[in-house]
Formats: sequence, C-alpha cells, structure tokens
Amino acid sequence: MIPPAFEYHRPQDVASAVQILAEQGDEARCLAGGHSLIPMMKLRMAAVEHLVDLQDIAEMQGITTESGTIRIGAMVTQHELITSDALASAAPIIREAALQIADPQVRYMGTVGGNVANGDPGNDMPGLMQALDATFHLHGPDGARDVAAREFFEAAYMTAREDEEILTAITFAPHAKGYAYEKQKRKIGDYATAAAAVLIEKDGMVAGNATVAMTNLSDTPVFSEAAGAALTGTSCDAHAMKAAIDAMLNDIDPTEDNRGPVEFKRHVAGVILSRAISRAWDRA
Amino acid sequence: MSKMHIKLTVNGKEEELLAEPRELLIYVLRERLNLTGPHVGCETSHCGACTVEMNGKSVKSCTVLAAQANGAEITTIEGLGTPDELHVLQKMFKEHHGLQCGYCTPGMITRAHRLLQENPNPSEEEVRFGMAGNLCRCTGYQNIVKSIMAAAAEMNSAKEAAE
Ligand SMILES: Cc1cc2nc3c(=O)[nH]c(=O)nc-3n(C[C@H](O)[C@H](O)[C@H](O)COP(=O)(O)OP(=O)(O)OC[C@H]3O[C@@H](n4cnc5c(N)ncnc54)[C@H](O)[C@@H]3O)c2cc1C
Ligand code: FES
Ligand code: FES
Repeated sequence: MIPPAFEYHRPQDVASAVQILAEQGDEARCLAGGHSLIPMMKLRMAAVEHLVDLQDIAEMQGITTESGTIRIGAMVTQHELITSDALASAAPIIREAALQIADPQVRYMGTVGGNVANGDPGNDMPGLMQALDATFHLHGPDGARDVAAREFFEAAYMTAREDEEILTAITFAPHAKGYAYEKQKRKIGDYATAAAAVLIEKDGMVAGNATVAMTNLSDTPVFSEAAGAALTGTSCDAHAMKAAIDAMLNDIDPTEDNRGPVEFKRHVAGVILSRAISRAWDRA
Repeated sequence: MSKMHIKLTVNGKEEELLAEPRELLIYVLRERLNLTGPHVGCETSHCGACTVEMNGKSVKSCTVLAAQANGAEITTIEGLGTPDELHVLQKMFKEHHGLQCGYCTPGMITRAHRLLQENPNPSEEEVRFGMAGNLCRCTGYQNIVKSIMAAAAEMNSAKEAAE
C-alpha cells in the first residue's frame, strides 16, 4: 500500500498554489488533510504527478462569525469545526454533523474544504452546505469567483471547480433555530447509508422557510426544494411529514451497493428524514 | 523520484533523514527511526494501531505522507513511558487488563493520552466516543475503557495533590 511517486510542493500562499496548478495542469492535485486522497493513492486509484500541500497557507485557515456572515477557511479541520464555540452558537448544525463524520483521528486531519471539493457523494459536508445555502469561494489563474453550494456538484467526483482552481473558503448566514443532521451508518466511522440535513424557521405556530438536503442517495448531494416546500405553512404534523418524505423520495436516485439494495436505501432515507424533521421542529 | 530532506522532532529528539515524499509516516517511524511501538494493523485508515501524536493531534500514521509530516512534532508510545517508568495509562492498562495480545495497545494508549489532555474528566460514553478510531480484536473494549477511566482518576488526583 505505497502511493505512487510524485513531486511534492508546499506553497505558502494561495497565489503560489494556483500558479503550480496552472503550470502543471491536470498532473497536479491539491492535498488538504489527505484522508480521502491518500487512501485513493495507496489503492493506486488516483495518480498524481505534482502534489500541492495546502497546510501552510494561512489565508485558508480560521473561522470568523462577524456581521451576519460565517466564514470557514477551506483548511479548517472537522476537529476545529467541532471545538469552535463561535460556530456552535452561530451554526450548531455544523458541530452536530461533523461529530458524525468518521472517527477522531480522521477528524483531526480531514478538512471542510477537502470534504466538499472531493465530490464524493458519501461525504457529509456537501449536503449540509446545500441546506445552509452556502457559497464556495474559488481562486484560479483568472482571479476569484463564487459558486453556490447548490450549483457546485455535477456528478460523482465532478464539481464546478476547474482543475487549476482552489477552494479557499466557504461562507453562509447563521441558520434557522430548528435544525437537525441525522445519519444512518452501519457502524461508527462509516459513510452514510442515508443522511438528512433539515433547517426549519418557525413562523408563529407553523413552519416558515424549510430546507432539506440528503446525502449518499444519488451521485451528488440532493437539495430537495419540494421537500422543504411541503413543510412550509404546516405544523410538521404526520400529513406534512409524509408529503415531505414523498417529495424527497421523488428527488433521490440511490443505487445498490454494499450498504444495501435500492428499496432498503429508500426506506432508510424516509426514516432518517422523518427523524430529522421531528428533531428540527422540536428545536424551532 | 528524488528524496527530500525531512526534519522531525520525535519524542523530544530532533531527527533528520532522507525519504521519498510518498513514504508513509508509519514506515518512517518504524523502519528509519526504529520506533516499532506504533503498529501496522490495516494500513487502510481504519484500525488505529498506527496512531501517533502529530502537532497535538492524534493521527493514523499510515495515512500521513512523510512530506506532510516534515517539520512536525511527533510523540509515539516510546515517548510516553519506559519499561522502568510506565506512564499512568500504561500502568492502568496493565492493572485493569486493558490488553490481551497487545497489538492495538500502543495506538490505544497514544490516542487515550491525547483524549485525556483535551478532556481530563471524561464520562464512560465520552471515552468510548473518543476511542472510536481504535479497534481491538481481543478485549471487547470493556477493560480498555476501565483502564482509561482509572488513568483519568489517577492523573486528576495526582494533579490535586500537587496543588
Ligand atoms: C476511515 C475514514 C472514514 C471516513 N468517514 C467519513 C464520513 O463518514 N463522512 C465524510 O464526509 N467523510 C468521511 N471520510 C473522509 C474524510 O472526512 C476526508 O478527510 C474528507 O472527505 C476529505 O478531506 P481532506 O482534507 O482529507 O481532503 P484530501 O483527501 O486532502 O482531498 C480530497 C480531494 O479534494 C481536493 N481538495 C482538497 N482541498 C481542496 C481545496 N481547498 N481546493 C481544491 N481542491 C481540494 C484534493 O485534491 C482531493 O482530490 C472518512 C475518511 C476515512 C479515512
Ligand atoms: S494501520 Fe493505520 S489505521 Fe490501521
Ligand atoms: S489486545 Fe489484541 S487487538 Fe487489542
């Protein structure tokens, strides 16, 4: 299990990192925490000629929660997401979700940027970022541009990011009071059989704006606008819950794998979403 | 592929060596520095037998590149205690039968050490959650949890006595 040989780079700022990516084209790859990439390299499923380690880039670190915007540097680890008190008060769903990713050792290394840039439908952060309506900030040879999380994921391992672009940060607004991240996995440390991120804003006695995003139930995360709409204006009772689940089931497209056949995954998706809605509504 | 100069501080000692960037930290430690405490269990980031501490984080050293570790401070089980002077965690694992074959033990203890730095007073549930990246084929975990709880109590009472 030895990764193939590569040339190693450790640039000190985003501009130099982008320059290496631009010079080397698709022979170059970023390295964040390495906990998706290194296993793939060990299996020889990823070949990389130039590895660009982002660990020294200060601009990509840190969490700020000022003036109504939360900014998370792409190199912030899952461990840092969990231990940030500022984040826990501004966006508690992040901690709830990050605690359900992998295991402690992986969370010390795995970054939020790597988790979303990876484009693996099994990753938990992409769906979560879609529920939050987050914005991804990219830097490339032609400067900076922003892409909405809901527009970023195109297919498994295919995203709107160009090869020579770096994801530098993620921003979003503090979320609704009602929140829940619910995940079904075979064992601790496993990727989701199904996971749901739900945010519900209470408007008087009923639900106002509600958002639903599902993980590992298609080749991209699934932001189900219809499921959210089915909750708006209701008291999230059994009838509304069923309408939301039906709408979500219309939007997902799971495939059979070692986590189970399609019917099972659809069943689990329904159970997980109903739990997430109940918990989010209780908190709203 | 050319080798690179790698500097590490391992268990307080500065080390310099030449390695290919792609070498895995576990092999740098075991084969170049002769620190065979950290073990290779699965080599696929799942079992935690290779756990060491790197810059204050518990990491699976089979999933860290030598190049990535360049400049880091590393603690292995060899840096925690010696056969003559066991670390409290080692003492408690011995006393409470926290090991059988011992293969997972260096990873368990190195991870538990960091866990107790961050949370000196964990509940049993917090110990189980915090140790979830370390697998053991022998003990059934019961006595591992017991050993860590006992070590926490011992470390806390030693701290109180010192104050
Ligand atoms: C045992 C195990 C269990 C796991 N369980 C889960 C789980 O339950 N849920 C989950 O979500 N994840 C899980 N993971 C994955 C883990 O969270 C990864 O760390 C994460 O997906 C990737 O983050 P990273 O920083 O390690 O990225 P890397 O592995 O370094 O990079 C991943 C990919 O993204 C690219 N990339 C990284 N950062 C950037 C950037 N800033 N800009 C552009 N491209 C970039 C890299 O080039 C690479 O292609 C697990 C991993 C392991 C080993
Ligand atoms: S050998 Fe590294 S996790 Fe198993
Ligand atoms: S004591 Fe044998 S694997 Fe844990």
